[in-house]
Amino acid sequence: MVGEERTERIIGILGESFFPILMAGLQYTIPLTLITFTLGLILAFFTAVARISGFIPLVLLTRFYVWIFRGTPLLVQLFIIFYGLPSVGVTLSPFAAAVIVFTLNKGAYSSEIIRAAILSIHKGQWEAAYSIGMTKSQAMKRIVLPQAVRVSLPPLGNSFISLVKDTSLAATITVTELFQKGQQIAAVTYEPLWLYIEVALFYLIFSTVLSYFQGRLEIRYGRGVAK
Amino acid sequence: MITIDNLHKWFDKLEVLKGVSLSIEKGKTAVIIGPSGSGKTTLLRCLNLLELPDKGTITLGDKTLNITAGTRLKQAEIVSFRKQTGMVFQGYNLFPHLTAAENVMEGQVSVLKRSKDDARKKALSLLEKVGLRDRADMYPFQLSGGQQQRVGIARAMAMDPEVLLFDEPTSALDPELVGEVLKVMKDLANEGRTMVVVTHEMKFANEAADQVIFMDGGVVVEQGTPNELFHAARNPRTLQFLNKVFER
Ligand SMILES: Nc1ncnc2c1ncn2[C@@H]1O[C@H](COP(=O)(O)OP(=O)(O)OP(=O)(O)O)[C@@H](O)[C@H]1O
Ligand SMILES: [Mg+2]
Repeated sequence: MVGEERTERIIGILGESFFPILMAGLQYTIPLTLITFTLGLILAFFTAVARISGFIPLVLLTRFYVWIFRGTPLLVQLFIIFYGLPSVGVTLSPFAAAVIVFTLNKGAYSSEIIRAAILSIHKGQWEAAYSIGMTKSQAMKRIVLPQAVRVSLPPLGNSFISLVKDTSLAATITVTELFQKGQQIAAVTYEPLWLYIEVALFYLIFSTVLSYFQGRLEIRYGRGVAK
Repeated sequence: MITIDNLHKWFDKLEVLKGVSLSIEKGKTAVIIGPSGSGKTTLLRCLNLLELPDKGTITLGDKTLNITAGTRLKQAEIVSFRKQTGMVFQGYNLFPHLTAAENVMEGQVSVLKRSKDDARKKALSLLEKVGLRDRADMYPFQLSGGQQQRVGIARAMAMDPEVLLFDEPTSALDPELVGEVLKVMKDLANEGRTMVVVTHEMKFANEAADQVIFMDGGVVVEQGTPNELFHAARNPRTLQFLNKVFER
């Protein structure tokens, strides 16, 4: 059993650590998530379109990129960029390194989601778009993509939420994000159980808020679908 | 309006159109009939270049395409030729994320650059014409097959094409819904639209067509007025086909 004095001590530590951990989340975890998700999505979109384009050099280049970033661990990618590149003269701040690696990694995974979504749209939709005089890019923009967005929202949402959690890996390259902060406080207070539970709750809150927005987007793009 | 001369189309090693020639006058309705696999759909899709022919000449309106082995059409050429046609598909192919009215507006706004207001006005009047004014703001999934196909017809007409192409527009429909679509098509034929219709509806052919074209094995075997073709066909392949469909 936890004694009364110990309980008070734990509550005290949790209270004191609340704001530092929250700040670490607001300062690093959330920006890292939002920035890399946005950049990753843009990268993913162009990668997906390039892979579908049929233009051989682009297809090969993007296939190579996806192959590398899907086939190696995120942690190893972080270490190569942050600890490895300085030896060839490229030194990045921890945050910049994290943004680059997460973006490239998310871009690779999400491009496959977007590509699959575009390919899932029935050929008849393209033909109907062509039949009213659209060019290929008009058909893509006006007819296929809006439908592909709907198809890809649930898997993209999942990947977004897993990104929130993956950002904890940035701790390994000295970004003082949420998890790193928790770790630091746990190290000096000797209350790892309660501090890591607190950290976990923060992640839970962040990803719950994101799921909520995902749900809203799914409703918005769900128009025209039988419920 | 339409002249096709010696049109050939291969799918890999399979020659599907083996020198099709025919012509259709402005304002007339031509119905193409023939057994499955005879190349009807392929011919229709060559007319709006959804399939690119390998050889031959197509004249449509004031544009002529002369296609030989070395021809590489640019997208702009394909699009400007295609804009003279409108197509109605067997599976409707409505845009599911747009309402009926938006389906009819889409090409007007994004291709013809009409204003949204003008496009909607035109969409509503076309929907009125196909009997769906009150369904304008419904999504395709809320409409029956026959209603969806009528929206498909309105969508094709919204672009003011010279020629309307129909590929078995009623064959995906429940029997009780076929009539409402054929009626709209008959009205269009009577208005003097130029139409090319692939169908198995012989009654429609008989009543609405000016010209019936019988295809078999990738060529036009025989053609004429409905009367000529249905009652005075001479070619044994035509007769065999007609005997089968009319069970006579
Ligand atoms: N994209 C394609 N690739 C390969 N072969 C095709 C393709 N489209 C059609 N074919 C073949 O070409 C031939 C003619 O097909 P088409 O669809 O034009 O016939 P159809 O007269 O419309 O038949 P149906 O009455 O069954 O619709 C068939 O043998 C078909 O299998
Ligand atoms: Mg067919």
